[in-house]
Amino acid sequence: MPTTHGARQRRQGLAAVLVVGLLGGMLYLMSGARLEPADFTFNNGTEVSTLDPATVTGVPEGRVLRAIFEGLVVKDPLTLAPQPGMAASWEVSEDGLTYTFHMREDARWSDGHPVTSEDFFYSFERFLNPGTAAYYAYQLWYVRGARAYTKEVDEDGAPINDFSTVGIHTEGPGTLVIELEAPTPFFVDLMGFYPLFPVSRRNIESAQELWPDSWEIRWLRAENIVTNGPYRVLHRRVNDRIRLVKNETYWDADNVALNTIDVLAIEQDATMLNVYLTGGADLIDRVNTNVVREMMEREDFTPVPYLGTYFYRVNTTKPPYDDVRVREALSLTIPRAQIATDIMKMGQVPAYGLVPPGMPGYTSAECRKEDTERARALLEEAGFPGGEGFPAIEIHYNTSEAHAQIAQVIALAWQRDLGIRAKLRNEEWKVYLDTQNTLRFDVSRAAWIGDYVDPNTFSDMFVTGGENNKTGWGHPEYDRLITAAAATVDPAIRLEQLRQAEELLMKELPILPIYFYVTQNVVAPRLGGYYENIQDEHFPKHWYWMDDDELVAKRAIYTDGKSLVDPHGPAEGMYSPAEMRRRAQK
Amino acid sequence: MTRFLLRRLLWFAITMFVVMSVSFVLMRSVKGGPFDQDRNVEPAIEQNLKKKYHLDWPMWKQFLHYVGPLNLDERGLFGEGEKSGEKAFGGVLSGDFGPSFRYRDYTVNDIIGQSLPISALLGTVAMMWALALGISTGIASALRRGSGLDLAMRLAATAGIALPNFVIAGFLIVCFVFLIPLFPVAGWGSIRTMILPGFCLGLVFAAYISRLTRTGMLEALSQEHIRTAHAKGLSPGTVVMRHALKGGLLPVVSYLGPATAGILTGSLVIERIFFIPGTGSHFVNSAINRDYTLAMGVTILYTVLVYSLNLVVDLIYTLLDPRIALEDE
Repeated sequence: MPTTHGARQRRQGLAAVLVVGLLGGMLYLMSGARLEPADFTFNNGTEVSTLDPATVTGVPEGRVLRAIFEGLVVKDPLTLAPQPGMAASWEVSEDGLTYTFHMREDARWSDGHPVTSEDFFYSFERFLNPGTAAYYAYQLWYVRGARAYTKEVDEDGAPINDFSTVGIHTEGPGTLVIELEAPTPFFVDLMGFYPLFPVSRRNIESAQELWPDSWEIRWLRAENIVTNGPYRVLHRRVNDRIRLVKNETYWDADNVALNTIDVLAIEQDATMLNVYLTGGADLIDRVNTNVVREMMEREDFTPVPYLGTYFYRVNTTKPPYDDVRVREALSLTIPRAQIATDIMKMGQVPAYGLVPPGMPGYTSAECRKEDTERARALLEEAGFPGGEGFPAIEIHYNTSEAHAQIAQVIALAWQRDLGIRAKLRNEEWKVYLDTQNTLRFDVSRAAWIGDYVDPNTFSDMFVTGGENNKTGWGHPEYDRLITAAAATVDPAIRLEQLRQAEELLMKELPILPIYFYVTQNVVAPRLGGYYENIQDEHFPKHWYWMDDDELVAKRAIYTDGKSLVDPHGPAEGMYSPAEMRRRAQK
Repeated sequence: MTRFLLRRLLWFAITMFVVMSVSFVLMRSVKGGPFDQDRNVEPAIEQNLKKKYHLDWPMWKQFLHYVGPLNLDERGLFGEGEKSGEKAFGGVLSGDFGPSFRYRDYTVNDIIGQSLPISALLGTVAMMWALALGISTGIASALRRGSGLDLAMRLAATAGIALPNFVIAGFLIVCFVFLIPLFPVAGWGSIRTMILPGFCLGLVFAAYISRLTRTGMLEALSQEHIRTAHAKGLSPGTVVMRHALKGGLLPVVSYLGPATAGILTGSLVIERIFFIPGTGSHFVNSAINRDYTLAMGVTILYTVLVYSLNLVVDLIYTLLDPRIALEDE
C-alpha cells in the first residue's frame, strides 16, 4: 500500500519531535550543578527525617544537628562532660531544683542576630507544646509543670494549661531560669542533647509570614534555615547528601578547622564500605558482620563499648511466660558468649543486666549466668519436665540478617537444652512494631540506646504501663524504686535505688538481656579531634586533618599492632585559624 | 487518530482512578503507621500528629481531600497552619501531592522533582545502551544463524537474563573499581558515575532485546519482499538495513513499553548499590516506611509514565509498519 505524501510528512514530523524531545530532555537532565568535593565526608547511614531539633529522635539526625546547632551546653568530645555552649556559665540552687543559665554574649545565629535566653524560652515552649509533636518532649518533663503541659490537652489537641505553669522563665535576654520537679543530676547533660537545641523564632515566624501554606517545610529549607552551631546548611538532596559549610558567625569559629563537610545517606553496608575504601567518605558508621574479622585488623576500626543493650522482651501476659520460672529457664540457656564472639565479633559484651557498663558510680545488678541444670529443674517445677507439654515458642524479630542469626542460635539452644520447640518469625519493621505494641508475641527482639549517661535512661522503661515497656510486666516495688530515685538528691542513695530496681528486674526477667553494644565506626586515621566514646557522639566542631608529622606521632602511640591503611585527607593537614596562629608563633 | 487518542485518554482516567483508590486503601490497611517508631509516642502528641496529617478523618474523606481539587480542610491544605484557610483548591488534581511523612522537610513534589531527573537520565542511559547492544547482537545472530557466533550470543543473552543485576554489579565493581580503577564505586554527578549503573541496569534488557531482534529478523528475512530485494540485486547491507530491519524490529518496539516500566521500577537495586538518589528506591522504601503520600505520589507518577510511554510506543509502531493503522475511521 503506497503511503501518501502527507502521511509520510506527518510521520517524519512526529519522529523529529520525538528525537528532539529526547535529546532536549537529556541535555536538561545533565545540566545539574556539581559540587566541589568537601573537606570531610561522613556517612550517616540513612537520610535524616528532618533538621528540626524539636521533632527528631534518631541517631542520624543527631549527627547533623550537633554540627549545625548548639545547646546551652556542649559535651566534651572524649568524656562527654558538659562544657559551656550557648550558656557561658550556670548555677544550681542548693536543693538541686533551680538552674540559672547565663547566656554567652557573643553567641550569634547564622543570620547575625544574637542568641538570647528568649530563643531558648521560645524553643522549649515549642518543644513541650503537643502541637509541635515532639516525640522526645518527655526529656524536659523534669521541669516543673512540663509533663502536665504536654499531656493535658483539649479535644483539638491543644494544651489546657498556660505555659506560665511551666517552670521556665527568662530574666532579661542574658539569663534563663529553669525550675525542676525533683533534683535531676543529669539535667545539665540533657541541655547538650540534640532535641533541646534552640531554633530561631525569626526563622520560623518569617516563614509563616511568607508561606502561610507551607512554612512548616519551608523554614527548614537549606536556603532558609537559621542555625547557631559551628556549621550551616548549604545544600540538600534527598537520599544523597547534606553539604555543610563553616558558620562564620559561630562564637568559636576561630577553633573550627574544616570548611565544608558532606553528610552522605548511604544505607547499604557494602556500598558505604566501598565508598570509604575508595576515599569517597572519611568516616562510616557501621560495618557488616561479614567483614568484621578483616576490619578488626585495621588501624581505622577500633570499636569501644556503646550505651546500648540488645535483649528479648517476653510477653508476661501469656501463659506459660507469665511464670517467672519459665522466663528464668529461657534466660539460663541463652548462649550469650557464642552470640557475642561468633556472630557479632566486634567485642560485644554478653549482657546479664539491662544497664550497660560505663555509668559512673553504678554497678549493674545481674541475672544468673548460663546454667542448663538449673534451667531444666525450673522448667520441670513449672510443669514442663523435659519440655513436655510446652507450647512451641516463637522468636519474633524484625527482618535483618544479624537478628535472624541470633534467633537461630537461641532457638537451637532452647530446643537442645530445654527440649522445647522454637520457631522463628520475622516481620518487616513497621509490622514488627505493631506486633510488639499489641503484645502478640512470645519473645520479641528489642534494643535500647541510652539518651544520657545515667541508668535511669534504661530503668524507667519498665515501670508499669510505661510507653516502651511492651512486656505486660509491672511491679509495684519497681515503680516505687524508680519514683523514689527520681526524688532523691543524694547520688549514692539514688543509684542504689536504681540498682535495686534492676536487681528486681533481673529476678523477674520480663526481658532477657543478650549483649551490650559497641561502636562500629570506621575512621580515617588522619582525622583529629575525634574520640570514640560511650554515647557514640561526635562533634564536627573539633575535627581537623592531621599533617604527616602528627599522624606519625599518633600512629606511634595508637596503632596497637594493627595494619596501617590509607589515612585519607591532605598530607599537610587542615587546622583551625587559631591553631594555625599557634603554629606560626612556634 | 484523534478518536484513538480520546479513547486512550478515557481509559487513562479510569485506570488512574482505580490505581489511586486501590493503592490508597491498601496503603492504609497495612499494619503499622507512618509515626510508629521503636520509641512509643505520647497519646497527646500522637493525636496532634494524626490531626495534622488528617489521619483522624474517615478514609473516604481523606481520599477526597487527597485527590482534590476541593480543599476539605478549614485549616488549609494538609493542615499547614492557621492562616491557610483561604485556599479553596488542593490535592493531586491541583498538582499538589502533599508533604512526605518520612522526609519531613520535603513535599512529595520536591522529592519527585529532585529524584525523577536522575532516574530518567539513568534509565535513558540504560535503555540506549540496551538498544544498541541488543539490536546489534540480535542482527548479527540472525544473519549468522546456527554459527558459533550465534550460539555464543544466545548463551550470553540467556546469562544476561538469568543473572540478577546485583551480581553483575558486584562483579563489575570488583573488576572496574578495585582491580582496574576506571570508575567511581558509587555516587551520582558526572558522566563517569553513570557508566557502571547504566550498564548493569540495561544488561537484562539488552539480552531480551537481542533475542527479540534475532527472532524478528529471522522472520523478516524469510519474507517474500526480501527475496525480491535480493533478486533485484540490491547489496546485502541495503537489504538488511532498509528492508528487513523495519519489520524485524517490530517485536522490539512492542517490548519498549514494558521495558521502560521495568527499568523505572527495577532501578531500586542499582540505585542502592551505586548510591544514586533516584526515584526507584522511593517506590519500595515509601511503602516500607508507610510514607503514605510519597508512596501514592510515586505510584501515580509511574502509572502516568508507563501509560504514556506505551502510547508513544503505539505511535512509533505506525511509523515502522505501514500495515498498522491507529483505529481511525
